[in-house]
Amino acid sequence: MDTTPILNVKNLKKHFSVKGQTVKAVDGISLHIMPGETLSLVGESGCGKSTAGRAILRLIDLTEGEVELNGQRIDQMSARQLRPLRRHIQPVFQDPYSSLNPRMRLRDILAEPIRNFGLSPNAADIESRIRQLLEMVRLPADAAGRLPHEFSGGQRQRISIARALAAEPSLIVCDEAVSALDVSVKAQIVNLLQDLQKELGLALLFISHDLAIVEHMTHRVAVMYLGRIVEIASRERIFGSPQHPYTLALLSSVPVPEPGRTIDRIVLKGDVPSPMNPPKGCHFHTRCPFALDRCKTDEPKLRSVAPGQHVACHLHDLPPSENPIAQRTAVSEVSS
Amino acid sequence: MPLLSVENLRTHFRTADGILRAVDGVSFTVNAGETVAIVGESGCGKSVTANSILRLIPESIGKIAGRIVFEGRDLLGLPIKQMRQIRGNEISMIFQEPMTSLNPVLTIGYQLSETLRLHQGLTAAQALARSVEMLTLVGIPEPAKRVRQYPHQLSGGMRQRVMIALALACSPKLLIADEPTTALDVTIQAQILELMHELKSSAGAAILIITHDLGVVAEIADRVIVMYAGRKVEEAPVEKLFRTPQHPYTQGLLDAAPKLGASLKNSEGRLSEIPGMVPSPKETIVGCSFAARCARVSQRCREVVPSLEPKSADHFVACHHAI
Repeated sequence: MDTTPILNVKNLKKHFSVKGQTVKAVDGISLHIMPGETLSLVGESGCGKSTAGRAILRLIDLTEGEVELNGQRIDQMSARQLRPLRRHIQPVFQDPYSSLNPRMRLRDILAEPIRNFGLSPNAADIESRIRQLLEMVRLPADAAGRLPHEFSGGQRQRISIARALAAEPSLIVCDEAVSALDVSVKAQIVNLLQDLQKELGLALLFISHDLAIVEHMTHRVAVMYLGRIVEIASRERIFGSPQHPYTLALLSSVPVPEPGRTIDRIVLKGDVPSPMNPPKGCHFHTRCPFALDRCKTDEPKLRSVAPGQHVACHLHDLPPSENPIAQRTAVSEVSS
Repeated sequence: MPLLSVENLRTHFRTADGILRAVDGVSFTVNAGETVAIVGESGCGKSVTANSILRLIPESIGKIAGRIVFEGRDLLGLPIKQMRQIRGNEISMIFQEPMTSLNPVLTIGYQLSETLRLHQGLTAAQALARSVEMLTLVGIPEPAKRVRQYPHQLSGGMRQRVMIALALACSPKLLIADEPTTALDVTIQAQILELMHELKSSAGAAILIITHDLGVVAEIADRVIVMYAGRKVEEAPVEKLFRTPQHPYTQGLLDAAPKLGASLKNSEGRLSEIPGMVPSPKETIVGCSFAARCARVSQRCREVVPSLEPKSADHFVACHHAI
């Protein structure tokens, strides 16, 4: 079995300068993705998940840190060096309306990456590849001659996926790729992504705020809060036994479509602080119901608390009997 | 007598390429103190229904027909002056976008006071004092400072709290909330839902909530109306609708959304899809509007529009082959 990660990110930082102040949008995150694996990046608006995705795609330059694609450092590469490698890592964005050129026919949208990366020797081959791609994303063959506005939101997202697949990537970065879609169409696209992953052995970096979809799709999850990863673990651990108070609060906040069921909910007070001026110590201490004194000054580091589960929280220094979150489960319920 | 009774509501828009039937014959009632949810996907007509009740559809582009009876008065027949007395006073509304529904150049306090002075006849000083009270009620810290601030100085969650304060300022009998938490993060959504729960029990207003989120429906609604392509396809008390949905579309919606915690119970698999997509409201649909996507479809569905039939005293479904 291949043990080289497709993607290996070390201490990635992306800082923006806004009105003379520094916004630490992404402030030192590390993660890896194995071939065929799905890693989800979750968190609320402004946590830095999309910025992380864009930096990994090298759509924006990194402030600091390393990004390895198939074992090769790409963070320092020039645009020219990087270009041939881009085909290995392809994006699918949230808005299926603004991410397709309205003046290009579907055939040209799909042919562009095939030509750019020299993946087909001649026109006939490109044409058959386009037919194959349309079939893969379950669009009719006659779609090739049409323009984006002739398609619905769900169909456009299929086009975006086909365009990503045209480059024959090993990793697709899906940035809220199903968030704008209606429930019934969302299910279609989620199923399509999962089928393609199985068929082609694709790895996915799935950036989303929709925790139920993430649970359905993913192998592992990284939870971000104000630019940092606060917990990273397997799906089973995140949804079965989350160990960061923020993960716990996030999961318990999701409304459950079962009337009459009472959830043991942690309702966080206040808003997410501004990333312009994040709290000292643990970024989460201002909203954490369990914060200790040291949380206000010491930044907690990610450490292993169980096999495949890393958490950045001081509560885990306490003896288990005094740790308020060790015994809780995310979807615990109180019978009504 | 119900507080609000909507009868055969039809809201049609004139567009460059024909008549758009956004709402096409919808009837329902809302009783005093009750929370009714309208659910459905984009384009099903749920927001247009909400806007039609307050006559917020510009007459130049749209036409509202039918009857909307609020406490014995048909709102569609009222002169505009009387309609303004009702808006924001007896029926108020919370919109989805807390960013765009507040006036950016007026202070929070001014916007709250304006409503109170206009409808309740309070003096400026009284209205300001009451505004501070309202902000306290909806859980805004430092309300005395906040009344002097502008919308851009508040976060999204705070602005939605202000919108709720504004909507509740005159103690309306009916509160219409159009996707009130959709634009918010999940932890903020939890705060707003908790607030709405509290206000429901303390203020006693009836709530008509428009949403696409079945989780929100399950948490807050007493009764649910499911809309599809401008028509009401099912109506039932919330527990019945989730436990024993009768319309194939309702069933499809419930099955298509993954449930949090499903992986722990090994109850996952492929998500069930509803094939195809919502028909364009510009199409004239003969028969059932869901027929093209329905697994239980028969010839009759393509020819005859199913009427809304009672399956029990409080459960109605418009389907020739109800589950």
